[in-house]
Amino acid sequence: MRFLPLIWSNILRKKARSVLTLLSILVAFLLYGYLCAVERALDQGVSLAGADRLLVRHRVSIGQVLPQSYLRRIAGIPGVRHVSHATWFGGIYRDPKNFFAQMAVMPEQYLHIYPEYLLPEAQREAWFRTRTGAIVGRRTAERFGWKVGDRIPLQATVWPKKGGEFHWEFDIVGIYDAADPGTDTTNFLLHYDYLDETRQYGRGLVGWYMVRVRDPKAAADVARRIDEEFRNAPTETKSETEGAFLAGWARQIGDITAIIAGILSAVFFTILLVAWNTMAQSVRERTEEWGVMKSMGFSNERVMMLVLGESCFLAVLGGCLGLATAWVMISRGDPTGGALPMFYFPRRDVFSGIAWALGLGLAAGILPAAEAMRLQIAEALRRT
Amino acid sequence: MSAVLGTSGERALVCVRGVDKVFRRGDEVLRILHGLDLEVGRGEFLALMGPSGSGKSTLLNLIGGLDRPTRGEIMIGGERIDRLADRKLAEWRGRHVGLVFQFYNLLPVLSAQRNVELPLLLTPLARARRRRQAAIALSMVGLSHRVNHYPRQLSGGEQQRVGIARAIVTDPTLLLCDEPTGDLDRKSGDEILGLLQALNRDHGKTIIMVTHDPHASARATRVVHLDKGQLSAEATA
Repeated sequence: MRFLPLIWSNILRKKARSVLTLLSILVAFLLYGYLCAVERALDQGVSLAGADRLLVRHRVSIGQVLPQSYLRRIAGIPGVRHVSHATWFGGIYRDPKNFFAQMAVMPEQYLHIYPEYLLPEAQREAWFRTRTGAIVGRRTAERFGWKVGDRIPLQATVWPKKGGEFHWEFDIVGIYDAADPGTDTTNFLLHYDYLDETRQYGRGLVGWYMVRVRDPKAAADVARRIDEEFRNAPTETKSETEGAFLAGWARQIGDITAIIAGILSAVFFTILLVAWNTMAQSVRERTEEWGVMKSMGFSNERVMMLVLGESCFLAVLGGCLGLATAWVMISRGDPTGGALPMFYFPRRDVFSGIAWALGLGLAAGILPAAEAMRLQIAEALRRT
Repeated sequence: MSAVLGTSGERALVCVRGVDKVFRRGDEVLRILHGLDLEVGRGEFLALMGPSGSGKSTLLNLIGGLDRPTRGEIMIGGERIDRLADRKLAEWRGRHVGLVFQFYNLLPVLSAQRNVELPLLLTPLARARRRRQAAIALSMVGLSHRVNHYPRQLSGGEQQRVGIARAIVTDPTLLLCDEPTGDLDRKSGDEILGLLQALNRDHGKTIIMVTHDPHASARATRVVHLDKGQLSAEATA
């Protein structure tokens, strides 16, 4: 700590150079933060998916429906704790650009499967007893300015009403929050019974099943048993963990992690060169000062630590400013207006970012620090 | 080997024996010091004179532990400093040596106060104590009114006073001055020499000063001449 003012004074020695280097690092970490948020949004919470949850879908595709009668058979399979189903509604709110996910579910069962959806008790009860009732995530409610009691019109694209009418209306009876920042708070959840009674066709069919298993370690076994149960049935199933399902969904876009790692590697390598150049120049300009400091008793190791301290201070300061800026920008929400519903900056990535900044500081400073460390006092003073 | 020049061995603070210093620049071998012997007593003010390239600064560097001899031994206060490991030698310098340079060599980003405080960062002293000690050193060189000024805001003479304050702030055993008046006008130079004399006379500091200037060497209690890497003559004030 006692050397911090000395380090700070040396950083301020060439203000323009330090500020430009700081800005370069800031921009790199702003980009890092944004890409982390995009990655998290695209993998749709794969890493946060419940380890004890399975998704059971049609063997051919998630777009194909399954019979509702499978519910009891799945519930009877050993290892299954809760089972429920969901059906894609796919309505349009005023304009197709206003996209958000709408699903018809069995309210009580659904909340057992997804305890991370936080809903006040009164709203929960209201949802259970109101057939036209729907609950909506906080983010979507704020996006459209909806509140409890509002009646929301949706134009159906998949399920017309009996008589061919496409206009549906739902009453907002609850707004749910998330127990975890990775939970999607953009969903619109309506009663399956209401959909099933009112739609023109498809009665008794559901989109997919969600299963909560008793033991997460046995999830793969339970998935295999479910698929065996329906082997050779007219509608075969494919069961997988929620994480595997979401990862497969994300892979349709490409290997997001590899793409983002590639971009960040290029950015960080460039920034490493910028920071290294700054430190190398800074050390060479002060050759005689290092000589003077060594002459007054600063050891080679101490000089090395001072150079590394400067380098790390600059990198961590720039990195933290970049991460803070990213945090502020990401907190303003999904920049695509709905395509990335879980757009947030995970805390784990913030801490990784700080560690990366420290690593950048060490990598940028190590060679100049070694140069300053090796400097012979008499040689350094001769350059005065 | 040159004759042993110096005070009686018992009181000697600095003892240089049979020192050679050779530099290699590519294929060229430069023999700067040849079998040099020197003793400097505790409380002496020694002026080291000689033409350029005679090895004065090299000898000063060896005595200050800034460089190591190619051969021979250097004892300061009974300790063989040429045998100390790098880290120990750095610690030794911090405790026992104060250096004053021709071009002051102050850190331009630090105020006078913080320049003087710099060597104290290596001690366990708390910040308030460091500040107090630096203030005392600055008052000893007559710069109490310039503590917050940066080197660029000070005259050459004032900068050299700050350099002296920095050299004495740790109360070193030995004060080594390399052409301390070489960059100053006569008046400022005289003030600096007066200050060094006072430090020697009133505070008992042992001073070794490299100089070209007979006017400066006249302030010393003893003068030795170095020529082609060997001590050639001695005079006592």
